[in-house]
Amino acid sequence: MKKFDVVHYCKYILLLLAAFTVLFPPYVVLVNAFKGKNESTNPFSLPQSFLNFDNFVQVFQRASMGTAFTNTLVIIAVSLLGNVILGTMTAYALGRFDFRGKKLIMLAFLGATIVPTITTQVVVFSMIKSFGLFNTLGAPIVLFIGADVIQIYIYLQFISNIPYELDESAMMDGASLFRIYRTMIFPLLGPATATLVILKTINIYNEMYIPYLYMPKKDLVVVSTSIMRFAGVNQAEWGYICAAILIIMIPTVLMYLVLQKFIFSGVTSGAVKS
Amino acid sequence: MSGMTYKTQKMVILLSFLFLPVGLLGLFTYYPAVKMIYLSFSNWDGYSETVSWIGGENYKEIFKNPELFGVFLHHIPYVLIGIIQNIFAILFAVILNSKLRGRNLFRVLLFLPFIMNAVAVAFMFQYVFDTSNGSLNALLSFIGIDHVSWLGNESIVNFSLASIGFWKFMGYNMVIYLGALQAIPGDMYEASKIDGANRFQTLWHLTIPNLTKIIQLNMFLTVTGALAIFDLPFVLTKGGPAGASETFLLKTVETAFQFNNFGLASAMSIVLLVLTGLILSLQHVVINKKEG
Repeated sequence: MKKFDVVHYCKYILLLLAAFTVLFPPYVVLVNAFKGKNESTNPFSLPQSFLNFDNFVQVFQRASMGTAFTNTLVIIAVSLLGNVILGTMTAYALGRFDFRGKKLIMLAFLGATIVPTITTQVVVFSMIKSFGLFNTLGAPIVLFIGADVIQIYIYLQFISNIPYELDESAMMDGASLFRIYRTMIFPLLGPATATLVILKTINIYNEMYIPYLYMPKKDLVVVSTSIMRFAGVNQAEWGYICAAILIIMIPTVLMYLVLQKFIFSGVTSGAVKS
Repeated sequence: MSGMTYKTQKMVILLSFLFLPVGLLGLFTYYPAVKMIYLSFSNWDGYSETVSWIGGENYKEIFKNPELFGVFLHHIPYVLIGIIQNIFAILFAVILNSKLRGRNLFRVLLFLPFIMNAVAVAFMFQYVFDTSNGSLNALLSFIGIDHVSWLGNESIVNFSLASIGFWKFMGYNMVIYLGALQAIPGDMYEASKIDGANRFQTLWHLTIPNLTKIIQLNMFLTVTGALAIFDLPFVLTKGGPAGASETFLLKTVETAFQFNNFGLASAMSIVLLVLTGLILSLQHVVINKKEG
């Protein structure tokens, strides 16, 4: 029998308060997304039915959500492919070899982390235009591949845990360096790739300003810009806006609940190291 | 490739593997940064063929015009709430680091806001903060507090926006602190127990000192993040009411893309980068002083 412990109870009270704070806004969104035009405007009251999907159908059509999800998926897929290939290549070159100027390159990648993306758009904007990428899916893809360096850190950290003896014994057998990268290092970096894919997917899915700036064209809408355009036209139509919020939030929330282990290990390993 | 010596192969790998990543880094990060320095001394409008030199006029304008420089005052609520957010993040990390039922459930729940789409979160809080139908005012009316205009009142708006950041990032920071806590060897706690230290002594003399490095990193990210606030006011208030929630980056973007004054916008970007660099070096000096 444990003695009554005040601190122990305080912990639970604090945790429950925190849980309430986290869940309060989504709860309101959830109950109001199912309300029709003539239902109660009290934000806490339950809808007449949780099977009333009218708002969702309306929003999905009027905010071109189908197009938005397709575009977002294309951008995520192509950007990730580029990030995985270039990230593993960079990590192999920087993590396995010593050469003059290596420190400088490392420093250059590190320096890029403190530059807020939006500040450089003043110049990048005219570059994207002159490359002919303005109002194409290529603009965000090129920027997500070229201007982000998080993958370099995740891979570099991971590759340092792969014993160099593996490379050495492969060289004893006469394997070429490219072969070592392709058949050994790349597959062994698999867990890091998984973490990267999840974190980057969430990042790109959440990115608003780059698509907003470079793809004003109507059929190049992405998830983040679709709700902005829709809410701009449907001010204070809370039933619709809540439905839009839910449609957008559910995919990443589901992904998170299924893959949380990878996310936590990625977040902690990325942060504690720096 | 297998016909070459390993020395040659190494050269080929280094050149071919680093060419694209380093090239892209130069093209999209360093070239724009250098070009911004050059443009910041001009009055370029974003599309003219010619760029005319006007010396330090843009910088003078930033530091003399209270409409530009005064905007930094709007960042103070973000810094304050960011600091409070870190304190809560440490508190909850310590709580979740102890033996507790439902630890993982609470960790998953508190981290949840971080992975939600930022724009959707912004609109979710627009509904929470709405003056007439908002859930926050409905909640407050239970305890007899009259309707507050959270996003429409000039003195409150930045605190409202900053608290959205608190909601979104507290759990993320908590998970980072939790990772640092779990790296503290368990036998240090055993030793502390044997020495007869109570819970608060252990927290103060063992846990907090072990978190110093990560607290410093997070403070840096909190302050620089507060300087670079953009999304929330851009989506929710467009800098209103009456410019009360304008941020420095919002002004920069307006200056460039609405008023086509790319010279001044470049100077503003440079000022922000220099400030970030200053905070970073200041932190280095402080850390080295402590250790030196």
